Amino acid sequence: MTESDTAFVRFSEVQKSYDGETLVVKNLNLDISRGEFVTMLGPSGSGKTTCLMMLAGFETATHGEIYLDGQGINKVAPHRRNIGMVFQNYALFPHMTVSENLAFPLEVRKQPKNEIRERVDRALDMVRLGGFGNRRPAQLSGGQQQRVALARALVFEPKLVLLDEPLGALDKNLREEMQYELKSIHDSLGLTMVFVTHDQQEALTMSDRIAVFDDGVIQQIDSPSTLYEEPRNAFVAYFIGENNRFVGTIKELSDNECSVEVDGGYIIKAKPVNVGNVGDKTTLSLRPERVSINPEAGSMPNMLDAKVLQLIYLGDHIRTRVAVGQNEDFVVKIPNSQEHSQLSKGQTVKVGWSSDDCRALDA
Amino acid sequence: MTTEAATQQVMTTADGTPLKVSLAKAQRRLKIRALLLVAPLLLFILITFFVPVFDMLFRSVENQIVPEVLENTAPLLLKWDDRDGELPPEEVFAAAKEDFVKGAKAKTILRVGSRMNYEQSGFSSLFRKTARRAKNFESPYKEAFIKADRKWGDLDTWRILKRESGAFTISYYLAAMDLSYGPSGDITMKPKGEAIYLTLFWRTLKLSFLITILCLALAYPISYLMSTLPLKTSNLLMILVLLPFWTSLLVRTTAWIALLQQEGVINDLLVYFGLITDDNRLAMIHNATGTVVAMTHILLPFMVLPLFSVMKTIPPTYMRAAKNLGATPTVAFIRVYFPNTVSGIGAGGILVFIISIGYYITPALVGGVDGTLISNFIAYHMSTSLNWGLAAALGVLLLGIVLVLYYFYDKIVGVDNMKFG
Repeated sequence: MTESDTAFVRFSEVQKSYDGETLVVKNLNLDISRGEFVTMLGPSGSGKTTCLMMLAGFETATHGEIYLDGQGINKVAPHRRNIGMVFQNYALFPHMTVSENLAFPLEVRKQPKNEIRERVDRALDMVRLGGFGNRRPAQLSGGQQQRVALARALVFEPKLVLLDEPLGALDKNLREEMQYELKSIHDSLGLTMVFVTHDQQEALTMSDRIAVFDDGVIQQIDSPSTLYEEPRNAFVAYFIGENNRFVGTIKELSDNECSVEVDGGYIIKAKPVNVGNVGDKTTLSLRPERVSINPEAGSMPNMLDAKVLQLIYLGDHIRTRVAVGQNEDFVVKIPNSQEHSQLSKGQTVKVGWSSDDCRALDA
Repeated sequence: MTTEAATQQVMTTADGTPLKVSLAKAQRRLKIRALLLVAPLLLFILITFFVPVFDMLFRSVENQIVPEVLENTAPLLLKWDDRDGELPPEEVFAAAKEDFVKGAKAKTILRVGSRMNYEQSGFSSLFRKTARRAKNFESPYKEAFIKADRKWGDLDTWRILKRESGAFTISYYLAAMDLSYGPSGDITMKPKGEAIYLTLFWRTLKLSFLITILCLALAYPISYLMSTLPLKTSNLLMILVLLPFWTSLLVRTTAWIALLQQEGVINDLLVYFGLITDDNRLAMIHNATGTVVAMTHILLPFMVLPLFSVMKTIPPTYMRAAKNLGATPTVAFIRVYFPNTVSGIGAGGILVFIISIGYYITPALVGGVDGTLISNFIAYHMSTSLNWGLAAALGVLLLGIVLVLYYFYDKIVGVDNMKFG
């Protein structure tokens, strides 16, 4: 088993169906190494939570095997898996105090009393809730409950921690704060964490790798920067970050460049990433911040006329919506620097971008 | 604008009607509105519930009839010292003659007779006989009374009469607790053969407790199942649970008679399968077993509903979290799920227990001798023996027991923990 030496968690050809008619998870293969922070990202119903539940043992795989540290765990009951988990709504036990909640996993493991007290106190200190031990969960704020849930998932020192959209119920500021806190706990304890979310910003901030789920299939699994810079298909490009899309037909195709005719008869030069042959349909994906306004003539392979439709001031940049040909949802992010701040609505400008920044993906 | 507003503010305070007063005025209207909304129900409850309850409470100590009808005799008797072993003086007999004549004319004297009959049997006939002859009594009245009936010469007759001459009496409560006055006026336990109410109270409590426990044992699994099933299936199950509610109580109870009697379905089946012999058929009805079975069936929904509504609010993630943290399913249930259902158990338990402690129809139909409850005797004294005072005293004692149990429940479990939904 040389493979499982590197993979701490391994999904091997895992399939899951609830009704015997449709597959919620279709042939999942995923390796997670020790100490990694992997995020499962995807829209609701994409199968990411099901994967997490199978890992925790609350759902059984219809087909395939899940390995934890080289051991198949399909037949291991949830309470024997020794996996920490933070639930979506925290699932703190309302009839117990914070300390009792934290002591629970240690008590069922029959730890000696004084050690339980010590470890509970240490866990509370770790999430900066020392002194809150005697409160009931209902007396805590959302962020505090979140930290208690995290402490409870960590207090019995599991090697693997699962997080099921744990930050979903928090407001924006608290969420960002918790993201950093989670990340620093991950780094300092060297835990393997699997995080499920539908918030791409959260995924980009925290993860070593992100697995983008759609329709029961991992569309792409890569580091955040690779996912953003080099999406492999149209779904990933659309789901991660903002994205200008053109749908067109391939006219010319070489190794490094292709020419695509889009609606309105324009020819756009793009980088072929995931395309078929000449004559096939393709989706072009272009990040808004990679578009230049009024570039020098001839400096860019793609230069088109555009009419400014809308300007939204966002402080650090100005989100500008322009019409390019028939595409009226073409967005350009203009950094708030002196040379670009004088556009006005209705003005006609040139927009340009390099062919490398424009990726030709599947239709 | 701003100066105007400022002066206005100053003016209102200078006016002597500060904010608080006008606030109170505004709130008074709201309060009156709330009161008007509550008023019809409040009146209804006052008239149909509180007034009758207090009337019954009053009846358990009330003894107005004796001093009212024996208006001349009663005050004299109260003054009479019975300790010297002599019959009352002649003036008492004279007053009694007058009262008997008047009472016979107004037909009220016989009611005193039946009231006194509760104290000692024989008074009723004594009063009837004496009332018929009283108008012909000649002085000396003592001899006339004793001639009419020898019992008037018995010191005990007068002692009992003296004891019950006041406007209030505790004799109903004594009777309700199986106590009675001894010959010299001291309070003693009734002999074994006559004592019934203490046994009945004890049996009522015991059976009600048993019924509550059985209801809980039956309702807990079904409520758990319903709370975990999808809405459509759980609604169907809920209909099945509530179905007994929609059939008449009488029909359900008689159905149990058909099932449980000696020649009934269950006994027939047991005999058919050879589990019992034909001449050893089980007695399952017209005894305590029948009462428990039928009442558990009838009261089950009262346990299911609060349990279900509480369980419905417990997120399934609690159990998952417990298992994830390393608890076996059993430990997870005992330490996480069960404590969260205590409020429902409390609500359902109190509901079933209090209803069954005062239940009347079912034990009357299927209870036989050892399955009847205290409420059946209250009903008996209300409608058959017409001893309302005793019925009222029994009712007050029952109420007292419930309140005491409720107090302990509050101390141990806490009433605030109770959740009906």
